[in-house]
Amino acid sequence: MIPSGDEGARRAEEKGSFVFRLYVVNEGPGSARAIANLSALCKKHLPDNHQIEIVDLLQDPRRVLSDKIVATPTLIKVSPAPIQKIIGDLSEEAKVLLALGLEQGTT
Amino acid sequence: MKRATSSAAENQDVAALHKTPTGVEGFDAITGGGLPRNRTSLIFGGPGSGKTVFALQTMVNGARQFGEPGIFVAFEENSRHILANAASFGWNLPQLEKKQLFFFDAKLRPDVIKAGEFDLSGMLAGIKAEADARGVKRIVFDSIDVLLTLLEDPYAERREIYRLNDWLSESGLTGIITAKSQGDYPFVAARYGFMQFMADCVVVLKLQVVDQIAMRYLQVMKYRGSSFAENEAPLVIGASGMEVADISAQTSAVEASPERVSSGVGPLDAMLGGGYYRGSSVLITGSAGTGKSILAGLFAEAACRRKERTFYVSFDENPSEVVRDLSSVGIRLGPHLKSGVLRMHSARAETFSAEVHLMNIKRIVREHQSRCMVVDPLSAIVKAGAALTAGRVAERLICLAKSEGITLLSSSLLQGAQPLSEETPVRISTIADTWIHLTNISQAGERNRALSIVKSRGMKHSNQVRELILSDEGIALADVYTAAGDVLMGTARWQKEAAEKTEQKRILAEVEHKRREVALTRAELTARIEALEQELKQKEAEAERLTGADARHKLDLVHRREGLEQSPSAKIFKKRPENSHSAGKKMTRGRRLPKGGGQ
Repeated sequence: MIPSGDEGARRAEEKGSFVFRLYVVNEGPGSARAIANLSALCKKHLPDNHQIEIVDLLQDPRRVLSDKIVATPTLIKVSPAPIQKIIGDLSEEAKVLLALGLEQGTT
Repeated sequence: MKRATSSAAENQDVAALHKTPTGVEGFDAITGGGLPRNRTSLIFGGPGSGKTVFALQTMVNGARQFGEPGIFVAFEENSRHILANAASFGWNLPQLEKKQLFFFDAKLRPDVIKAGEFDLSGMLAGIKAEADARGVKRIVFDSIDVLLTLLEDPYAERREIYRLNDWLSESGLTGIITAKSQGDYPFVAARYGFMQFMADCVVVLKLQVVDQIAMRYLQVMKYRGSSFAENEAPLVIGASGMEVADISAQTSAVEASPERVSSGVGPLDAMLGGGYYRGSSVLITGSAGTGKSILAGLFAEAACRRKERTFYVSFDENPSEVVRDLSSVGIRLGPHLKSGVLRMHSARAETFSAEVHLMNIKRIVREHQSRCMVVDPLSAIVKAGAALTAGRVAERLICLAKSEGITLLSSSLLQGAQPLSEETPVRISTIADTWIHLTNISQAGERNRALSIVKSRGMKHSNQVRELILSDEGIALADVYTAAGDVLMGTARWQKEAAEKTEQKRILAEVEHKRREVALTRAELTARIEALEQELKQKEAEAERLTGADARHKLDLVHRREGLEQSPSAKIFKKRPENSHSAGKKMTRGRRLPKGGGQ
């Protein structure tokens, strides 16, 4: 079963709106890449169907402990359920899509 | 010499200012004060070697004893697990956790997906904020390798470790980073090669199983700007946490005492010139059944009688057995055990490693404040791990006793093909102050116990072998006879003694006999002298009579006799004495007649 790009998008629509929270360290190279990668991914796979909250841990460091953030950047898919945590600059797109249930054309 | 030591001590004091005490017993002594303050220390070790315990204990002690709150960043284990695992140590973690010790669960769940490069900058920023807010002074990252594995890239690993190190030096916190290692030499692994250069202090923990007994060691590999004991130090994780053997300990800080302590055996005290020195260590060696335990028991009993707190450690025999066995030779320990003067501790040698035994002994000695100690047999410790390690433990036991001023008597069983070769398996004979050797000598169909003092530092002692005699009246030491190169003991000695006694009696009897003979002769001679004197006197008297008036009187008598013989009545008068008594009466009558007739 190889779902098409359209199919993935349709499935995402069925599950409702995607809410992302991206923890970054402002000015960090990895963080800038992660923001760019996430934006591109959302534009491609989830147009008009996503929200992105960006948390700068330098601005709000107490959230490290409260939200248990070890790696930066860290992306959390808050909804739809289940909550999913992805670490890294999201440069490996296939892995990200797989983790978000938006997989396409793997294998 | 003295000046050098005091200046070294001063240096240590200065150095200690830049150190953070871990409160882990022994470790602070080895490193001269603890971990480098405001610097990074690496703790390497294989699985189960005690890295987490060491790190956690440093945090707990910091919070409890030194007023330094800490953060524990747990990469490997959930903090709940850590708290549960450490619950048995009695550190009161839940209480501490609220105010002085904070846990950060940095364990990444397995369902976390890694998609691209990441770093730790966000987390470190968060921890910094937390540390500043709570006045944290110490921090642990346990263990870094879990994180490094996630990075999946040697370059990234290095980058993050440098980041962590830079962050630590900027933060002004005293940091501990733990890392898992395989094998004894973690630095062979390229991953950790540069970490060693980076960190100011590197400590390696090891867990080895020798002869089926687990042994732990700690070794300080590196300590920038500080001296340290560089040998492996045995390590024990006991009921209240980790304890490191202080291998840097001075041989003895206690002034040597000239006071003597009785061995419990009068004749032995005499052989030693008054007894053992207070605070010295006495070693009694001998093969099975030579009476080591009895000497040990007598020493303990004598100490208890003096009301000195005594600690009796026995291996493979429980206290009631020891008390019973010793009572059979008249050594009564029961009452002292009841009164608390005597404390007994028994352990199966194989149950723990020698280190654990030593730690238990140490704890009880301090609790009980013992002044005298018996370890019977110390050689049992050999069973608790490798012989070499056990030897070190034995040495440290002696050092412990010395530093606490305890008079220690330990026994050592001699085994092997040559039980009489006077060589102890645990080579403590060189550090023992007094060494008494007991042997069984087989001769003429019996075995006898012989005692000799092999050495005794700082005291005159007898060099003679004595026979150790056990009887209902107690213990005695008898002189042994040497005859034609043979040492006579037991029955042979008894025979010799008996023969000597008989000979002595014979001589005495002979002398008495002679004395009597002489006395008799003298009496005889005296009597003879008296008799002769008597005779002489008689002769003299006779001679006297023959002179002077007597002689004239005699002449006169002669004249008269002549005259009477011529008279007619003379004949009748002359006949008279020849008549019988009755005839005499008649004669008297008859005599009257002529008398009357004559008047």
